[in-house]
Amino acid sequence: MRAWMCLAVTLLLAGAAQAASTEADFKTALAAAVAAEQDAGGLKNQWIPTEQALAAAKTAAAAGDFDTAVAQAKAAEALAKASIAQAKEQQTAWKAGVIR
Amino acid sequence: MRIFRAIAVVLAALVVVGARPAAAADSIDPDTGFKAFRDYFTKRFPNVPLNDFVNGPYSMDAELRKQWEAIDDFSPYDFAIDRGKEMFATPFKNGKSYGDCFPDSGIGIRQNYPYFDDKTGEVITLELALNRCREANGEEPYSYVKDEMASLTAYMAFTSRGKPFDIKIPNDPRALAAYEKGEEYFYTRRGQLNFSCASCHVQNPGNHIRTEVLAPALGIVAAMPIYRSEWNGMGTMSRRLVTCNSQVRGVPLKPQDELYRDVEYYLSYMSNGLPISGPGARP
Repeated sequence: MRAWMCLAVTLLLAGAAQAASTEADFKTALAAAVAAEQDAGGLKNQWIPTEQALAAAKTAAAAGDFDTAVAQAKAAEALAKASIAQAKEQQTAWKAGVIR
Repeated sequence: MRIFRAIAVVLAALVVVGARPAAAADSIDPDTGFKAFRDYFTKRFPNVPLNDFVNGPYSMDAELRKQWEAIDDFSPYDFAIDRGKEMFATPFKNGKSYGDCFPDSGIGIRQNYPYFDDKTGEVITLELALNRCREANGEEPYSYVKDEMASLTAYMAFTSRGKPFDIKIPNDPRALAAYEKGEEYFYTRRGQLNFSCASCHVQNPGNHIRTEVLAPALGIVAAMPIYRSEWNGMGTMSRRLVTCNSQVRGVPLKPQDELYRDVEYYLSYMSNGLPISGPGARP
C-alpha cells in the first residue's frame, strides 16, 4: 500500500512538473532574458544566438505555444549570461594575447 | 538542449584556438607595441617581403596569389574607382565639393587616416570624415558599409597607392586611450565562438578557415576598401568589421562606433610604413 502511495505521489509530481506553461510564465522568462541581454548590450557583447532565441520566444508566444516560448526565453537568458561572463572575463584576459 | 550545445561550442572554440600566453601589457606604449607587432610577423613569415603583407592572404598562399594575379588584369574594383572619381568631382548642391573638406583637396591623403582630432578628442576615419563633409555641406550621409562610401574611399585609396601609412599618435592621453581601446578591442574574445580579431589574424594567418586563407593583421587595413567575391561587391572597413563580428556569432556594433574607429586606428598605426594598396580584391 505504501509503495502504491509513493508511486501515486511521484506520478502527481511528475505531472505537475510537465504542466503546460502559461503566458505569465512566458512573460516572467522573457523579462529575465531581456534584462540579461540589456546587460550584455551595456558591455557591447551581445551574441547573435541570444537575439535569435529571443525572437523565437516571441514568435512562439504569439502563436500561443508557451512551452516553446518559455524554453526559448530561458535559452536566451542563459546565452546572455554566458556573453556577460565572457565580457567580464575578457576585461583583463585580453592582455594575455597581446604580442610582446 | 540548445543551451548545452551553445556551451559546448564555446568550450570547443576555447580548446581549438587556445590562449596565447603572454605577460600583461600594463602601460600604453605605441612604439614598443609597434616594434613587437612588426617583429612577430616578420619573424613568423621570414620569406614574405615586408611590403607584401598588405596583400593579405595572397602573401600567405602561392596558389591563391596566382589566381589573384590572373583576375587583377580585370580588377573587380575598377568600377568603384571610376564611380568614386566621378562622385568626388561632382559638386554638392551648395557648389562646394569633397575636395574642400580635406587637405590637398583630398588627393593622395588616404595614408594619413585615421587620425586623432585633438579638438574633438576622437579618432576620425576616412569614412567618418567623408560623411561629416557631406553633412557640413547639407547632404545626407551615406551608408558606411558599401555602395557610395565604398566607391568614394576606393577612389581616394587609389590616389594614395604606394604611399606609406603615416598614422600619428600624439602624446595626448585621449589619443593614447583611443590606441589602447583599439588594441583591447583587437585582442578581446567575443561572440558565441569566443574569437578575437587576433585569433584569426595573429594566431592563424595563412591557415584556412573553411575555404578562406586568413590574412595577417600586419597591413590588413592597407587594401581597404575591398571587393569581396563573398559579398559580390565592394565593402568598406566598416563592413569588414561588422562581418567579422557576425562571423563569430557576435552582434556587430554600429558602423563607425567609437570602438570600431579605435581598432582601425590601432591597426593602421601597426601598418605604419607599409604602402596603401587599396582598393583591393579578396575571395
